[in-house]
Amino acid sequence: MMEMLAMGKYGAYVWSSFGLMFIVMVACVVQARSRHRKMYQQIESRLKAMDSTS
Amino acid sequence: MFRHMWIFLHKLASPPHFYGLAAKMIPWFYVSGLLLIAYGTIAGLFYAPADYQQGDAFRIIYVHVPAAYLSMMAYSIMAISAGIGLIWRMKLAHAVAAAAAPLGAWFTFLALATGSIWGRPMWGTWWEWGDPRLTSELIMLFLYFGYMSLRAAIDETSKADKASAVLILVGAVNVPIIHFSVEWWSSLHQGPTLVREGGPAIETAMLYPLLGMILGFTLFFGALLLARVRAEVLHRERRSRWVRNLILGESA
Repeated sequence: MMEMLAMGKYGAYVWSSFGLMFIVMVACVVQARSRHRKMYQQIESRLKAMDSTS
Repeated sequence: MFRHMWIFLHKLASPPHFYGLAAKMIPWFYVSGLLLIAYGTIAGLFYAPADYQQGDAFRIIYVHVPAAYLSMMAYSIMAISAGIGLIWRMKLAHAVAAAAAPLGAWFTFLALATGSIWGRPMWGTWWEWGDPRLTSELIMLFLYFGYMSLRAAIDETSKADKASAVLILVGAVNVPIIHFSVEWWSSLHQGPTLVREGGPAIETAMLYPLLGMILGFTLFFGALLLARVRAEVLHRERRSRWVRNLILGESA
């Protein structure tokens, strides 16, 4: 088991590559979701402000 | 036949229809993409045999190749969308181009970073200045940054669309340069493994996890692109009737 995780002498290189992949994937999902939420909330607050003044 | 297809495409490109349809498609893209990435990661790390020359370091290709492929795919999608947006003035096309840029930048960064991590033990260097493959990929990262900065600098959306579309189309010449760089010039980078004459030069136990990763990342990218286009469409249509109904209807 430990031998499999060690990746010969390249453990640090292999695991940092897959770790980076994971970080980029999470960052992409979080960014995409927060961008949609931000747009939605911006429009929502503008529409509500318009409704309350009219 | 063509008429039906045209009606279908026209409907698909209508913002409210796209917005709703994309919301239904995104979870499927995420789930199928992540399942394939999980398969590719586990099979690539633990079941594929170590390379006889590179040992276990070769496993980095399971991240590097899909990332590099998507970095070019994102750019191609942007160039095609920018062209369609300029010629047919289709608003959704510009939204797609704008949405793909940050994703392309992320995958270009991932390709460069994993290539560098692989290069350290294999070539003995993190980076080789002047290498055509490395340099052209780095230029693509700067093209993505340039595109995003240009868009951010122009307030009016239609002007930003046109100016950034021109930039991306001019920069498109870099995509074939990246692809053929290892054939045209001498490069430290190895030649193509998958897309070459005589079929893939790789054992099936190594190949299937790689194909799984490529397909999985493509689906994952599809989900991210749809999610970002939705945000972009919402912003562009912020003064429209359907967005008003969508938002106030839900909260009322």
